[in-house]
Amino acid sequence: MELLVAVMVGVMVAASVHLMLARNVLRFIFGLILISNAANLTIFAAGRLTPERPPLIPEGADAPAAQVANALPQALVLTAIVIGFGLFAFALTLVYRTYQTLGTLNSDEMRLAEPRGEDGS
Amino acid sequence: MSWTLASPIIIPFATAVLAFLFRRGPEGRWLSVIGAAALLIASGLLMAEVWAEGVVAAQMGGWAAPFGITLVADLLSAVMVVITGITGLAVAVYALADVDARKEELGFHALFQVLLAGVCGAFLTGDIFNLYVWFEVMLIASFGLLILGGRREQLDGGVKYVTLNLVSTILFLSAVGLLYGMTGTLNMADLHGAVQEVDNPGLLVTLAVMFMVAFGVKAAVFPLFFWLPASYHTPAFSVSAIFAGLLTKVGVYALVRVFTLIFTTDVAYTHTILLWVAGLTMITGVLGAAAMNDFRRILSFHIVSQIGYMILGLALFTPLAIVGAVFYIVHHIIVKANLFLVAGVAKRIAGSTDLAAIGGLYRTAPLLGLLFLIPAFSLAGFPPLSGFWAKYVLVKASLDAQSYWIAAVALVVGLLTIYSMTKIWGAAFWTPHPEGRSPRLTDLPARDRAALLVPIASLAALTCVIGFYPEPFVVFAERSAAQLLDPAAYVGAVLGEAGGAAAEAGPGLAEPEGGQ
Repeated sequence: MELLVAVMVGVMVAASVHLMLARNVLRFIFGLILISNAANLTIFAAGRLTPERPPLIPEGADAPAAQVANALPQALVLTAIVIGFGLFAFALTLVYRTYQTLGTLNSDEMRLAEPRGEDGS
Repeated sequence: MSWTLASPIIIPFATAVLAFLFRRGPEGRWLSVIGAAALLIASGLLMAEVWAEGVVAAQMGGWAAPFGITLVADLLSAVMVVITGITGLAVAVYALADVDARKEELGFHALFQVLLAGVCGAFLTGDIFNLYVWFEVMLIASFGLLILGGRREQLDGGVKYVTLNLVSTILFLSAVGLLYGMTGTLNMADLHGAVQEVDNPGLLVTLAVMFMVAFGVKAAVFPLFFWLPASYHTPAFSVSAIFAGLLTKVGVYALVRVFTLIFTTDVAYTHTILLWVAGLTMITGVLGAAAMNDFRRILSFHIVSQIGYMILGLALFTPLAIVGAVFYIVHHIIVKANLFLVAGVAKRIAGSTDLAAIGGLYRTAPLLGLLFLIPAFSLAGFPPLSGFWAKYVLVKASLDAQSYWIAAVALVVGLLTIYSMTKIWGAAFWTPHPEGRSPRLTDLPARDRAALLVPIASLAALTCVIGFYPEPFVVFAERSAAQLLDPAAYVGAVLGEAGGAAAEAGPGLAEPEGGQ
């Protein structure tokens, strides 16, 4: 199960790196969203995966009978998803506004703050 | 729950809410000043407590460590919170004259206070996932501040700042997840013990490097600094100043914390990487600054260069070097924020930050000249200003550690810093104004003049105090370095007597199974 998730994370990271290497900022943001999901899956798998074994503690005991997945990483993933959602909503709005204002999403043409000029940049 | 520990976070958040409600009137900006002053007082109280009693820790929500969220302050955290209070107050006063009504209506003061809350939270938390959350609080507020006003350059710089910081955040998050998977704890004090028991040291070093890269982006070290000079010169001057003073230093703080408390299992490997990074950061930053011709862009590149000195202290990892790093961080925040504030006044009276388009400030505004010279010479390391002692300790530490080449780099970079500072001095202060104007401080309305110059003068006075009476500050840095290098007090304060036992009783982790 972990192997399957690990391969899936690998494929997602590869795809997102491909997207993030593009010159178009929108593709970069899509890559970022994809890689953040890959990160969430990594954390999810870090808590170990035990399908069909609910983390229930029988009455009277103070630990689960069988070895179960750790629930904390799942809580972390939830937090990370919520935070990520807010950040990407902002990032997408920013990119849209930038497109409206600058008329381009090509990162090579976005040189307003650092103009090519005599200062050698 | 300890109010002294929680108040540096609660005060700015409460102020943010009030400032947002009153954003349409003059009350908002005064609330921001009052909130920042209250933060400074609260941070002073915290500092007094930590100085008297050693490391202070509190469990939020009453959950015992290592399961609950811990707030903890050792001397380094406390001094960082105090510095946040000082720069926060200085910039809040400066913003009275610097930020226009339109930006206030859009919520400038609320965002500013949330930023302070995020920074204080990052300094005070004792939980590494919580550190991630505070980074996000800080980031989202900084995104807002950076593009507030929506000029074309701001959007351009903002895109680079936002995207590269998001990449580092995701790396940080994955590293936290994997660290939890290996150790079963997120509490930093508990991690100190837990990483000793990890049976795969190679994997641990991999994680250490992931943290190094993630925090390295935040701290703007070589080769991860490109977002900084692309964006720091675009927003309002108050925003530039608070960013320059605090944001990258949160990255440096996180590096110091993680690489003194958690990842000390393979110092020879990780800290050697840091040493190379430090040297290259110093050189690239100062060379970048030498190529620039704009007041704020020169200063932005100098942030990068100065970060190198702080990382150098961490990388050498000797008691004296850590003393130097702590001293350098404190000195640098004050000086760098102040230089950006001076740049703002120069722009207000001379009309630009482009060095080719301004001039004559020395003849017509000599007071501003003096207020520029103090932080500028301090940055370059002239005795007897604060930067001299900071650099002296670091160079001494590198010579003691027999890292002669890094000592040489530190000295040469200091020399090149003087070059860029004299470039600003020559172009903005000595040469006559190209349009024949004679910029005067008296051109400003009296209220604006007071709001702009009082913070600058106070920070400059502080620089002089550290420079002329360095001894108490060095003694402080020594105690702080001793705490960092021997985390027993930190671990003891967080976990308490029963801490180890509580960790043992933690829920059993299922072992990973092979592919099914």
